[in-house]
Amino acid sequence: MTPKVATQARMDNPPQLAIFRAMSSDCDILIVGGGLNGPALALALAEVGQRVTVIDALPLKRRKSSGFDGRSYAMALTSTRLLQGIGVWDDLVGDAQPMLDIKVTDGRAGEGPSPFFMHFDHAEIEEGPMGYMVEDRHLRPVLLDALKKHKGIKQLSGETVVSQETDATGVTVTLASGKALRGKLLVGCDGRGSGTATRAGITRTGWDYGQTALVCAVEHERPHHGIAHQFFMPPGPLAILPLTGNRSSIVWSETHDNARQINAMSVEDYLSVLRPRFGSFLGGFSLAGERFTYPLSLSLANSLVAPRIALVGDAAHGVHPIAGQGLNAGVRDVAALAEVLTDALRRGEDIGAAAVLTRYQTWRRFDNTTLALATDTFNRLFSNDNPVLRTLRDVGMGIVGNMPSLRRAFIREAAGLTGDLPRLLKGQKL
Amino acid sequence: MQAPQSTVDPSEIAKFEAMAAEWWDENGKFKPLHMLNPCRLDYITSQIAGEFDRDLTQPTPFKGLRILDIGCGGGLLAEPMARLGADVVGADAAERNIPVARIHAEQSGLQIDYRHTTAEALAEAGEQFDAVLNMEVVEHVASPIDYLIACRKLLKPGGLHVCSTLNRNPKSYVMAIIGAEHVMRWLPKGTHEWSKFITPDELFDLLRDAGLDPVDRKGFVFNPVSWSWKLSDRDLSVNYVTASVKPA
Repeated sequence: MTPKVATQARMDNPPQLAIFRAMSSDCDILIVGGGLNGPALALALAEVGQRVTVIDALPLKRRKSSGFDGRSYAMALTSTRLLQGIGVWDDLVGDAQPMLDIKVTDGRAGEGPSPFFMHFDHAEIEEGPMGYMVEDRHLRPVLLDALKKHKGIKQLSGETVVSQETDATGVTVTLASGKALRGKLLVGCDGRGSGTATRAGITRTGWDYGQTALVCAVEHERPHHGIAHQFFMPPGPLAILPLTGNRSSIVWSETHDNARQINAMSVEDYLSVLRPRFGSFLGGFSLAGERFTYPLSLSLANSLVAPRIALVGDAAHGVHPIAGQGLNAGVRDVAALAEVLTDALRRGEDIGAAAVLTRYQTWRRFDNTTLALATDTFNRLFSNDNPVLRTLRDVGMGIVGNMPSLRRAFIREAAGLTGDLPRLLKGQKL
Repeated sequence: MQAPQSTVDPSEIAKFEAMAAEWWDENGKFKPLHMLNPCRLDYITSQIAGEFDRDLTQPTPFKGLRILDIGCGGGLLAEPMARLGADVVGADAAERNIPVARIHAEQSGLQIDYRHTTAEALAEAGEQFDAVLNMEVVEHVASPIDYLIACRKLLKPGGLHVCSTLNRNPKSYVMAIIGAEHVMRWLPKGTHEWSKFITPDELFDLLRDAGLDPVDRKGFVFNPVSWSWKLSDRDLSVNYVTASVKPA
């Protein structure tokens, strides 16, 4: 996620930083990016005895500001298991909304949904809810507080990396302040514009979808009963995701031009655009928080690793947020990398060795590329009013809707229960 | 940890550095060994942890253990053992491997005692170890029984001996000689002499004859789909590994 407001690096807490300066000469793992994946990885690795330093360009205060800004995440069941594994889930579960049911509908604005729809109910699988809606304002501070409390983790906030150099035994990172830090491995959790990747000479492949996502939260009259809705409409998909109380998070996409115009509208006009798309099943509604736009583009790093360097999350693969799979894919990276490194540590291997990092890349690459292509294809198939495609979609949904085994497969996929799961996503210890 | 002082002739260092880089390049000449290494380490670490009641989830679990790696090469096993906290001696009969291994350990900040010597000479000198790693060596020696007796002498009572080699059967001929040496060219032709391969039962008999108690054996199985090695309880048809203990 891009920070809302660009900010100048400033010293948040100078006395504390002075202490860090004296202590930071030696650590095992350097993580660049203190958003969500970075802290999650730091906590997982510190738990297995690694000394971790997390570097973020933004001051801590700004990263922790906990006003509701409308951002939220549809976390798959497996992702919440990782949060449990790193010890932060208990602090989050009270503010998380379980997703009990997902309804997928092919609709055209003003026409109502087509007679075919898919319905995925968590009661069909034994693991429980398919996932939880977690708000950014809760997740971020809980992760940052856990970092602060952990003895094995140092945080450097308001510090920008200007260069990185790798050699046979480690990696040295130089900060804008002139300070140099050394570790055995550098992990880039610094988003789709990853400087860590660029400095390592890792190129990217990607394209623009010609669409922009509009994101907001709404407060509505009727309860949502924990049901997530996905409507596929010609301008792009619209998702209604349940938050705690009578609130939902809305994600919809439009062409860049339309999105720009809609986002610039007054609140009343914005709501009048949203209303026909949203429908009336939740009663009247109003905005609950700020509005955001994200231009949709795919950005895949051509390699997930380089000597002594690994990429995680959007730095490795920025996908279309169509199914809320961006953070979940990042969490899978975190779980897989933490497991590969932990196993290597227990064998006495050098955790920054290419042989070790290649295992992470092999594990994650297939999954990430498949996800990127699947969401891309899904979007192209559904963001279309072509009558042939529309018929195909409706028939496809009818088939899936009537085949319990196929439906269960989709539910398990949504819950993140498929594929070669890392231990942390199975609810096991590292 | 203080890196040991190198005793290598400075003019030779560049050459040895290049050789060390070659040993440690997982896509280079020693690729097959690098591919097998995680699997070998899984077996060795779990056997040592089991024998000496060590917890692998703790840092430096092998602290206080003295381990000998016979046929250490560039240090592919010795370095992980040192990283796990063991006091490691690496021995190799090939003299040129010693400075190569020393330089890499120094680069890695590890303290390892590398020596150009043999198991027999170390036994003669009365050296004693908690564990002896004897990986992919026994199929190359002239007299396996004499060699294994030397390994037993090197162990303290209750010490652990881990020994891996290749099975002798038609499949191992196809896989290890034709496959690895002629088709895949993973190993230079003539690396192995099939007639010197030893069946697991023969090895257990040899270990007993040498005065060791065999306690475990497992297969190293190559999976061509995942392109990696796995430990197997049942399939010891080509590469396999054994654990034996010197009676207390």
